[in-house]
Amino acid sequence: MSASLVELHDVNFAYDSRPILKGINMSFQKGKLIAIMGLSGCGKTTILRHIGGVLKPTKGYVKVDGQVIHELDPQGLYAMRRKMGMLFQFGALFTDMTVFDNVAFQMREHTDLPEEIIRDLVMMKLHAVGLYGTQELMPGELSGGMARRVALARTIALDPMLIMYDEPFAGLDPISLTVVGELIRRLNDALGATSIVVTHDVQESLKIVDYVYFVSNGAIIAEGSADDIRASGEAFVKQFVHGEMDGPIPFHYPGNDFNTDLGVHA
Amino acid sequence: MNIVGGLRGIGKRVVNAVWRTGYGARFFVMTLRYSGMSFRRFRLTVREIFFSGVLSLIIILVAGMFVGMVLGLQGYETLKRYGSESALGSLVALSLVRELGPVLAALLFASRAGSAMTAEIGLMKATEQIDAMELMAVNPIARVVAPRFWAGVISMPLLAALFSAMGVFGGYVVGVVNIGVDEGSFWSQMQASVDFQHDILNGVIKSLVFGLAVTAIALFEGYDAPPTAEGVSGATTRTVVESSLAILMLDFILTAFMFQGA
Repeated sequence: MSASLVELHDVNFAYDSRPILKGINMSFQKGKLIAIMGLSGCGKTTILRHIGGVLKPTKGYVKVDGQVIHELDPQGLYAMRRKMGMLFQFGALFTDMTVFDNVAFQMREHTDLPEEIIRDLVMMKLHAVGLYGTQELMPGELSGGMARRVALARTIALDPMLIMYDEPFAGLDPISLTVVGELIRRLNDALGATSIVVTHDVQESLKIVDYVYFVSNGAIIAEGSADDIRASGEAFVKQFVHGEMDGPIPFHYPGNDFNTDLGVHA
Repeated sequence: MNIVGGLRGIGKRVVNAVWRTGYGARFFVMTLRYSGMSFRRFRLTVREIFFSGVLSLIIILVAGMFVGMVLGLQGYETLKRYGSESALGSLVALSLVRELGPVLAALLFASRAGSAMTAEIGLMKATEQIDAMELMAVNPIARVVAPRFWAGVISMPLLAALFSAMGVFGGYVVGVVNIGVDEGSFWSQMQASVDFQHDILNGVIKSLVFGLAVTAIALFEGYDAPPTAEGVSGATTRTVVESSLAILMLDFILTAFMFQGA
């Protein structure tokens, strides 16, 4: 069994007094592609933000590469973040820069590489995501799927050891969906990186991931391989994986009784 | 119950205002602290000078010209009553260099460049570009905020100087070319009455202070904007309102110190 690159131990987090994460324990092994799934607002992105050191747990700890992330000083945190890459939900490309400058951004900020080498590296990264030739375009000229792929090229610019994806499949057409899914798997294996995909796209992610954590209401309710999840008997997982309308997550918002409010008595 | 609710509401607003002031002050200190990159990689600042300074040129020059022309007309009408038309040059120049140049250029700068800065940073935040930068281990205050801040501080005195220069030219066109005030006395009176240190330098100091205030407000509002359409639009409005009030208030304070008893 390979060692863990990221480890969450009894992580609790609350905004004011509203609990978001309740005792999360997770372990992300090196070289693996792991998905965190759950409904919108269940705390998935909050977990990524803890791993990136943006948020600090109210209890428990997050260890990345053997170091507790929220105990690092600002320099240490920035040094750690240089080893990470994060793909945001809608790419978060810098809209005032060309595709080339977006991908070259981290290379220029963090290295002293000469412009010719940066140029070659950017071209290689764009080629890896199938977008060689778009370097002079502005982000506004790209389709949603292309923007996501450029953002992916920017994420892997410095060959990170850990790549995090926040809803990489949201709002993509079926072709882009497959392309992005394939790229995530391929880049993870080619770079020897560890990848964490936060998503609610079950079918696409189950095709590519090694392991899945299911989160509901800030707690892990199921975990296992893609096959384990497909075969799971847990009611919530079943409803989620098969997209059933009613189940543990009710169709109706929990309000007053409809008939009582209408004055109709059964 | 209503009284308690009302008091609670007032208390909440006061606490929020104090908290926001503290946050703003901290943001300003952080901007100064992380300003190194703005000078080490000066092309970042030059790029922002282009966006906030150069692109504001047209509005500043046109407005300066018209203000000078109005000053020429109104000044001539008033001075004629006392038979001092020849002092028109001094009146136009002193009004512009001491007051109208710095103040009006700053008000225009706040509406043109300040609002654009707020909207740009607010949208960068709403589209997670600021978060992305932070997670790429690049400090957004150093990379995004500080170059814009220094660009504003550098641009403002230059824009105010150009505003005044265009105003003087506008006054000349109306007073000398159009009305027929003696050209020699127009320029010589101006030269005799405008003092470099007392008038021009004080005007430059004013525009520097206004540039600092407008840019700091615009950047803070953008950075603090809630990441929604309403949030960004509200922040843009606040930038223009707060900057305008800050300019007029600071102008009074600075004028009181600079020209009292002069």
